[in-house]
Amino acid sequence: MKYDKNYELSRREFIRKAALLGLSVGGSKTLMEVVFGDDILAASTDENPATVRWAMVVDMTKCSRREDCSDCMAVCHRTHNVPAISNRRHEIKWIWREPFVNAFPELKEGRLRKDLYGAGFIVLCNHCDNPPCVRVCPTRATWRRQDGIVMMDMHRCIGCRYCMAACPYGSRSFNWMDPRKILDEKAINQDYPTRTKGVVEKCDFCAERIDRGMLPVCVEACKEKALVFGNLSDAGSPVSGLLAGRFAIRRKPELGTRPEVYYIV
Amino acid sequence: MRDKMKIFAGAAIFLAVALFPLWYVRTTGKASIVPEPKIVNAGKECVNAKEYMREYHMTMLNEWRDEVVREGRRTPIVIAGVEYQKSLSDACMKCHANKSDFCDVCHNYLGVSPTCWDCHNSPKEPKHEIR
Repeated sequence: MKYDKNYELSRREFIRKAALLGLSVGGSKTLMEVVFGDDILAASTDENPATVRWAMVVDMTKCSRREDCSDCMAVCHRTHNVPAISNRRHEIKWIWREPFVNAFPELKEGRLRKDLYGAGFIVLCNHCDNPPCVRVCPTRATWRRQDGIVMMDMHRCIGCRYCMAACPYGSRSFNWMDPRKILDEKAINQDYPTRTKGVVEKCDFCAERIDRGMLPVCVEACKEKALVFGNLSDAGSPVSGLLAGRFAIRRKPELGTRPEVYYIV
Repeated sequence: MRDKMKIFAGAAIFLAVALFPLWYVRTTGKASIVPEPKIVNAGKECVNAKEYMREYHMTMLNEWRDEVVREGRRTPIVIAGVEYQKSLSDACMKCHANKSDFCDVCHNYLGVSPTCWDCHNSPKEPKHEIR
């Protein structure tokens, strides 16, 4: 085997370079941190608990569970100009009804109270404390607000759909076509924008209403008062009160996303 | 090289014709066609001076967008006792409801096509012929 003199390294030189390499790896920041800043892996705010943490409680003992009751969904989709598309591959959903075994697949095994299995659970974006969609978004079009709302900025969304792949709840929908072509022109809510082809959308807890001190439209619309919204950081809020006294479950908590939509069963 | 004169003369004529819009405006001081956006509801005061709005309305709208969407700062702007939301469709277009005679006139003239109205609603207008 021929020996190349250019690659020769003295013992002294080898130790010096090894030390430099060690320093550069251990002593400096990783490339990810340099490029994205320190908070890339800290989307959640464990360290400094916020004074406001919006959350929702769905009281399934009150929810009518009837397939024909769609007050919360209808008012949400009407308010936010969500088009009704029957093709399931293209459909757009902010809040909808999901069979229990689909919403809580890990509870499918074993036996639970019989009535649960037939129930259609109201599902929406869980506004996780540790949102996987936020971690994967390359443009930060989706991010977690200080008050816990996982927001969408349609201006920045490039439609890569990473967030849809990351969300374990299927809470995100992609606009495969121009929603204005599907929406009834007369029924468009002029006070809320539509979306355009090629962006991802989802429930944002009615951030525009919350910022003005109002409740989400779905909570207002529910006649059974099954949807309760409030500040989880405030011990006196309706959600805190409910959760303190009733047993509630969350969707797929084992994934560590820390969802903030609770279900009283 | 005997065609030197012809080449330079030709080039000069070509440049004169190609750059006609530039030197014509320079020498006469006015363009032959100037966009004339129709300002309706002129009685109300705008959120900024006319000259600023003419040049920088897009910058201002981008700032509003970032404040409202990304920072959640939705406090209305108060001008002469009137509250204005930081919103294109909820503030700007409440006064300037004539998108085709106000926004589009200049945008078409300059050949820019802002994507604002792909999502944001503009007030209903009677159908217009494209000019």
